[in-house]
Amino acid sequence: MAILVVADHDNSTLGAGTLNTVAAATAIGGEIHLLVAGSGCSGVAGQASTIAGVSKVLLAENAALENRLAENVSLLVAELGKDYSHILASTSTDARNMMPRVAAVLDVDQISDIIRVESNDTFARPIYAGNAIATVQSSASIKVMTVRSTGFDPVSAEGGSASVETVASSHDAGVSSFVSEELAQSDRPELAAADIIVSGGRGMGNGENFELLYKVADKLGAAVGASRAAVDAGYVPNDMQVGQTGKIVAPKLYVAVGISGAIQHLAGMKDSKVIVAINKDEEAPIFQVADYSLVADLFDAIPELESKL
Amino acid sequence: MKILVAVKRVIDYNVKVRVKADNTDVDLTNVKMAINPFCEIAVEEAVRLKEKGVATEIVAVSLGAKECQEQIRTALALGADRGIQVQTDQSLGSLAVAKLLKAIVDEEKPDLVLLGKQSIDSDNGQTGQMLAALADMSQATYASEINVDGDNVNVTREVDGGLQTLSLKLPAVITTDLRLNEPRYASLPNIMKAKRKPLDVKSPEDLGVAVSSTLTTIKVEPPAERQAGIKVASVDELVEKLKNEAKVI
Repeated sequence: MAILVVADHDNSTLGAGTLNTVAAATAIGGEIHLLVAGSGCSGVAGQASTIAGVSKVLLAENAALENRLAENVSLLVAELGKDYSHILASTSTDARNMMPRVAAVLDVDQISDIIRVESNDTFARPIYAGNAIATVQSSASIKVMTVRSTGFDPVSAEGGSASVETVASSHDAGVSSFVSEELAQSDRPELAAADIIVSGGRGMGNGENFELLYKVADKLGAAVGASRAAVDAGYVPNDMQVGQTGKIVAPKLYVAVGISGAIQHLAGMKDSKVIVAINKDEEAPIFQVADYSLVADLFDAIPELESKL
Repeated sequence: MKILVAVKRVIDYNVKVRVKADNTDVDLTNVKMAINPFCEIAVEEAVRLKEKGVATEIVAVSLGAKECQEQIRTALALGADRGIQVQTDQSLGSLAVAKLLKAIVDEEKPDLVLLGKQSIDSDNGQTGQMLAALADMSQATYASEINVDGDNVNVTREVDGGLQTLSLKLPAVITTDLRLNEPRYASLPNIMKAKRKPLDVKSPEDLGVAVSSTLTTIKVEPPAERQAGIKVASVDELVEKLKNEAKVI
């Protein structure tokens, strides 16, 4: 049976997580079809058709799919998905919003956030904010899953030559509508998708001092995060929080500044490839997981770091 | 309007979980349990909607073993009016929970169902969406702002890259993100009052729902241990290592 991958996109650009999701589909094995559902998104289908390993791109265009409202997209995916053994999507907010609805419509359990494929019915996924890894076997007739991008190396966006087939879609549940969106104005990358993250904790002392981190982040092209302590103290808004109840990140480089390394914080970032800790307390638990530890006062070290990048 | 709030009993977020030696699960014996943080935010939002005069009644529901009545009592102490416990000792997957909640929704006919965006134990993030699909309701996940406006509710959602605002027709299912509000603490008098609020106990059989799952957990393991690295003496050395050794900048 074939695998259906639901592409992540914004009607003009294919989301990077799609390539990691195709990698997961490749690991499962079987013919891979990619669904691009939206409005005015034929360009995305074109981008999708060159992804290595994809044999067919399904393009569904309908004004009701423009903002990828879960109520509408899930009806389409569930209808098409009946003919597939697996339905996969990356763990973008769009997919996490829509896929459980697909699973419920198909009356199957969903497996969220897989990080490893053991076989075509067995998958590993983190639970308890990454403090345990569960290996789960599914006997569901259709396996509906979301794929954690950091678990799979992306396949090449080039080299494929899939055919693009238009599928009809009139799916509109008519119960919700898009009002507006307010995308972050910052030139800094989004926290969950950033390659480099610089995070501050209680040691920053106040909100103004985060300016020091913003300067470093801008030189590195990094996103800025924070520990719960910094959020609770009101230094920064809580959408910057990295940790068990905040965002889970796994960038190439994570720089923890003035963060002691409480378990809830570690839960959100310990899968980062390289961890740097800058803290003046040499007993801080963060040093137990850091690849590079610098015991120093951050108010000296951070400006110096900025000047040397 | 009537609001249904689903709350889950989970391990306290401060506790470091331990995987059992036989790798069947994590060890939950004698660990501190609490209301899931995202569920607490859902309860708080329901209470605020009642304080604004939007909601008239708040029903808190939890599913699981008898102990989850503690979390219902917490919700009652925070301001919910009555509780429903669906008693089962079986472990429940998201789809089973969604089906049980759907049966409660059929009985209670709430205008709004509030849930957390995910529980911090299974980390699935599925239940609200599944319930919305089964009950044929509109949905908004990752809510950071909720404004009820007549027969509609406007919800601002935290999405990748920023915020998105949707307008949903009621009845709707909304799942809460961390930014939605800051939950209050229950005062002692309210905790005492909560003991006298009504709490119904039902079973999955009463609701006519079979709680089966197609998923089997084969094993649960601790994640790979991360080894401590090296200490660097200066910022210069740090930059040099990141450039030439780790090659990440």
